[in-house]
Amino acid sequence: MTDVVSSGQGVVVSKAPARRDIGIKRRYAAERRFQAYGIAAISFGLIFLAILLTTVIRQGYTAFAQTSITLPIEFSEKVLDPNNKRATDPSVLIAANYPVLIRDAMVKTLGINAQSRPETRDATAMISKGAPIVLRDMVVADPSLIGKTVNVTLLADANVDSANKGQIDLTVDEKNRKVNDRQVGWMQQMAASGTLHKEFNTGLFVNGNSSRPEAAGLGVALIGSLYLMLIVLALSLPIGVAASIYLEEFAPKNKLTDLIEVNINNLAAVPSIVYGLLGLAVFINFAGLPRSASLVGGLVLTLMTLPTIIIATRAALRAVPPSIRAAALGLGASKMQMVFHHVLPLAMPGILTGTIIGLAHALGETAPLLLIGMVAFVANAPATPMDPSTALPVQVYMWANEAERAFVERTSGAIIVLLLFLIVMNLGAILLRRRFERRW
Amino acid sequence: MNMLTEAAVEKALDQKMNTIPYKMIGQDVSVYYGEKRALFDVKLNIRENTVTALIGPSGCGKSTFLRSLNRMNDTIDNCRVTGKITLDGDDIYDPDIDVVELRARVGMVFQKPNPFPKSIYENVAYGPRIHGLAKAKADMDVIVEQSLQRAGLWNEVKDRVHEGGTGLSGGQQQRLCIARAIAVSPEVILMDEPCSALDPIATAKVEELIHELREAYTIVIVTHSMQQAARVSQRTAMFHLGNLVEENDTDKMFTNPDDPRTQDYIMGRFG
Repeated sequence: MTDVVSSGQGVVVSKAPARRDIGIKRRYAAERRFQAYGIAAISFGLIFLAILLTTVIRQGYTAFAQTSITLPIEFSEKVLDPNNKRATDPSVLIAANYPVLIRDAMVKTLGINAQSRPETRDATAMISKGAPIVLRDMVVADPSLIGKTVNVTLLADANVDSANKGQIDLTVDEKNRKVNDRQVGWMQQMAASGTLHKEFNTGLFVNGNSSRPEAAGLGVALIGSLYLMLIVLALSLPIGVAASIYLEEFAPKNKLTDLIEVNINNLAAVPSIVYGLLGLAVFINFAGLPRSASLVGGLVLTLMTLPTIIIATRAALRAVPPSIRAAALGLGASKMQMVFHHVLPLAMPGILTGTIIGLAHALGETAPLLLIGMVAFVANAPATPMDPSTALPVQVYMWANEAERAFVERTSGAIIVLLLFLIVMNLGAILLRRRFERRW
Repeated sequence: MNMLTEAAVEKALDQKMNTIPYKMIGQDVSVYYGEKRALFDVKLNIRENTVTALIGPSGCGKSTFLRSLNRMNDTIDNCRVTGKITLDGDDIYDPDIDVVELRARVGMVFQKPNPFPKSIYENVAYGPRIHGLAKAKADMDVIVEQSLQRAGLWNEVKDRVHEGGTGLSGGQQQRLCIARAIAVSPEVILMDEPCSALDPIATAKVEELIHELREAYTIVIVTHSMQQAARVSQRTAMFHLGNLVEENDTDKMFTNPDDPRTQDYIMGRFG
């Protein structure tokens, strides 16, 4: 192209000088190398994320199904109220011998010898130990059931549940496993007849904690975490945003505000367990708030989240272009009007993102909750934030400490629920960001 | 004929110049940024319904002086102003003067067009709204339309006043900012290099607009362009290194300045 000869129509083209070596190859090589590092770093992260997710999901998805057994229960008057005193003394129905109803129903369903103690013991062991209480509650609620035979769906024992899900190695010697051959046989027999079946595990989301894995659920933890999030949001967002606006827009820049700024940045790096100790000392020992209450947990997590929100909010406020501030002030807006009419709306996406990241952080926080007693065994749903409660990550921690095989899948199941919550919150952050984002 | 009358009016105005009352008076105005002194005892008066151009090389203090006229310097943390500036005889740095009220009387247009990221309507309506100038929506509509018309933008945007102000071209955005400034009916409009980010056609429109606005407002404009100062202003003040070098009628300034430094700057020997 640069050759004089190649030009047509008699146009004379200048001759290119000898090419200088300006390191083009080296620069491109450096760029390619840098990109390779980046891709390697991202792949590294993705691999571990994939390992984490597949492990958790593979171990946890079975927690969302639960083995149940439908039995024709005969609410025999002879067993429940042999002396026919229930009209005058309702406590008879509470103290009645409900396990016998289950034993009889199992004997009838499986066609086993009612006189053989080992057989009947093995058979009733297949039903959850909580089942008699279910029957009692049914009868107390509706005494007219007595004398009738009703099909009742009861939870299978956790070991049967595990065996039914294939989590118990049946090749192991019978003496060394939780389910014996006879029970496995019955299990297959009942599964074939449809008596034993798997259904969606609503109990996982409704029930409180239980030492029987089949009845243990995240209900209390979900309510506790919900209370925690509401308290943290209601306290840390207004306090954090107000503090940031004051520090960023109104406070004079002097030694004191510099000191405050340094301290806020330091607080963001304080280990969360220290906040737990602080909460224990201040809110429980000094202020006398109840232990294990989500109110205290919420207050502790608020303290922990505030620095994150303040730092994010101040960054968002600082990112609003000075020209917008000048425009508002030039029109005669007061400083307050400038902040609330122009600066704050423009900083909103950043503030919301920071807040939701802070909330998500608080949702997954365990250590401070252990110290203020939210690690308690709570079976009943808390009605108010003052009642004892646990939280999702603490429930994960507690179940991870349990020995039964069935708690393994529940631990992973709880992690999946926690991760889903986090994903929903982060999606919310992205959507809010899109919604509020304005260009200038 | 028309041209002639216009020229005659200009001439008459020029002769009358010395009798025009002062809208703002600056006496020994000094501005400090921390330890650094940016203005040295500037004595400069602004005449009513006149365009006063402030010229001078970069960093000479002309923008600093402009910003001290509506106390925009207050927003800079370590900035200190000494001396006296009056508006209609009242000291604007007097503790009794409210800075919000001052800025409603002395509006400002900035170097870079800075519309709010809101609709065109909201941009213009914001000032009147915070000052409570319109009681009903109909009044506000009138203010918005009049302001946009005076800024010469109405015909271009009347079908989309509720669309974003940031979607306009640079020149339109700057005229929107002028409309926004005049919507609060200020007495003085300060313009800080209003055309430096605009192309020549948009610049011509803004200059034409300044010319028209002069009848109703007192205008102070900072500019880097000698030609612009000559075109739009009646009075010109030349700053250099924080000092006021010369203040004179624009015609005299560009033909026969009193100070040799003005001559040098206008001829392009420095700056």
